[in-house]
Amino acid sequence: MIELKKFSYWYPGTEQSALDRVSLSIAEGEFIGIVGANGAGKSTLCYALSGFVPHFYNGETEGQHTFNGQDMASLDLGQLAGQVGLVFQNPFNQISGARFTVREEIAFGLENLGLPQNEMRARIDEALELVNIQDLAERSPFSVSGGQQQRIAIASILAMQPRVLVLDEPTSQLDPDGTRDVFTALSKLVSTRKITVILAEHKLEWLATFCDRVVALGGGKLRAEGSPQAVLSSEQMLRLGVGRTQYSEAAARLLRTKQLPVTLEQARKALK
Amino acid sequence: MNLRVEGVSFRYPSGVLALDGIDLAIPSGQLLAILGENGAGKTTLVKLFNGLLRPSQGKVYIGDWDSAEHTTAALARRVGFLFQNPDDQLFERTLAREVGYGPRNLGASEAEVKRRVARALKLVGLHDMADAHPYDLPQPQRKLLALAATIAMDTPILVLDEPTIGQDEVGRGAISRILTDLHRMGRTLIMISHDMDFCAEHAQRMLVMLNGKIHVEGTTEDVMGQTKKLDEAEVAPPQLVRLAQALKMPGTPLTVDDFVDEYKQWRKKKKSK
Ligand SMILES: Nc1ncnc2c1ncn2[C@@H]1O[C@H](COP(=O)(O)OP(=O)(O)OP(=O)(O)O)[C@@H](O)[C@H]1O
Ligand SMILES: Nc1ncnc2c1ncn2[C@@H]1O[C@H](COP(=O)(O)OP(=O)(O)OP(=O)(O)O)[C@@H](O)[C@H]1O
Ligand SMILES: [Mg+2]
Ligand SMILES: [Mg+2]
Repeated sequence: MIELKKFSYWYPGTEQSALDRVSLSIAEGEFIGIVGANGAGKSTLCYALSGFVPHFYNGETEGQHTFNGQDMASLDLGQLAGQVGLVFQNPFNQISGARFTVREEIAFGLENLGLPQNEMRARIDEALELVNIQDLAERSPFSVSGGQQQRIAIASILAMQPRVLVLDEPTSQLDPDGTRDVFTALSKLVSTRKITVILAEHKLEWLATFCDRVVALGGGKLRAEGSPQAVLSSEQMLRLGVGRTQYSEAAARLLRTKQLPVTLEQARKALK
Repeated sequence: MNLRVEGVSFRYPSGVLALDGIDLAIPSGQLLAILGENGAGKTTLVKLFNGLLRPSQGKVYIGDWDSAEHTTAALARRVGFLFQNPDDQLFERTLAREVGYGPRNLGASEAEVKRRVARALKLVGLHDMADAHPYDLPQPQRKLLALAATIAMDTPILVLDEPTIGQDEVGRGAISRILTDLHRMGRTLIMISHDMDFCAEHAQRMLVMLNGKIHVEGTTEDVMGQTKKLDEAEVAPPQLVRLAQALKMPGTPLTVDDFVDEYKQWRKKKKSK
């Protein structure tokens, strides 16, 4: 569905490429995690996979970049916007501020889709419920806590019901319950509606529990790719500055196994 | 310096009651973590400590000062504050000016300002970028910059609202060392975080908030062991504690070292039985 082949990207006026010959192929219905140290290129890869590179960010590109077999750069923006949604790393960038209440804020993004009133209402209610902020619907999107604001940003994209959802560290300010809610909701959308989810995260335990595949970046290059356990348990994660779960770290000191556990369940089985 | 909160409630002008009858004493030199679900009132509570917000009811004492009798500027000499969103506190043209702003404002000499700026930027690993513009840094580095600015104030009390958000292992390591250093220097440290693994490893005591009230408070080990209370507040114990529980292993291991020791002992005992 989305394909990068030896794709490189330079932000305007920079000499160092932010993505360096990245090859990655994403199929419909996949749930993919992106890990990497600060500055590794996670956000830039999110922009590329959602078409923000090259449509909103200028700069130079090299290599192939296709969406459903069509060159990403040649795609019509309006069409792309209907199919792909991006949740920004910083929720403050997501909230338009053009509306007074959370409900109106979420409706704002939907206004261009030409939906009937009742469909719009249903989508907003569903999105509010998915991230558990029904009780904030009539509040101002600015008079809320940090985590509540992040939930609003996620809800506003969920309501658009894109076929591809790209989320850049969407749970950074969420409490553990909220993080679980978001991962569970995404996972459900993948299995029931066959949407594609791509998610950059530092919370390795959650990626390991929910993703089909994890890709690791370092210095703009794709450094590893595979099952969450294979990628996240490897020593390479330490060298890349990604780190490992404490399950992996504890097991590394206690066991000699080919593949360290990365989730609670895997660790329990390995250590019981 | 110690800190006391007596019978404090806070209501936002919009009508939301964010704090509801808080009593709290934080002794000098303590490293306290404040936990709790989104919207529990954590940020609102700490904003009372440096006068960003004033209680609707009750008293906040910073050392021997009744905070009501002091301006926000005066309170800034005692309480350093790292905002949850670093962009709320960055407004200078360069990193060096940003970090120097506080000390300069407190009347430090230029030589002293320079020394503090160099030290603080070094601590967060941004010393090579002193002349860059804050907004040329990505968000996680802006948070480290804001942390440097907070440290440079040299206050006896520091409040850090979600210091580890968006940080990779290197950033977390830097924050971890900074906390350890400041703690050793006897500063009173109050950190808000959802990062349970990080809190478990660093905090001496923990306070869990729920709906604007204090839900549980105690030593880290004690609080982390109270599964039911944590559950009620929707706070999950850190990975190692959950693993110990899943294995039905006794104890509340807070670090990998602790876990490894306790695990070995437990296995030995099991075998000898
Ligand atoms: N707008 C921009 N202009 C120029 N360079 C940029 C821009 N945004 C990012 N970069 C650079 O591109 C590289 C990759 O950055 P990116 O933001 O994709 O990393 P990241 O993995 O998302 O990091 P973080 O964990 O800090 O969010 C970095 O070297 C960064 O400095
Ligand atoms: N500026 C504001 N105006 C009105 N209400 C607010 C404002 N800021 C926060 N609130 C409300 O006050 C309550 C406590 O918010 P606070 O920001 O203290 O939560 P928090 O525990 O820091 O949450 P988080 O983990 O999401 O940062 C919430 O119900 C929130 O919606
Ligand atoms: Mg990023
Ligand atoms: Mg907060």
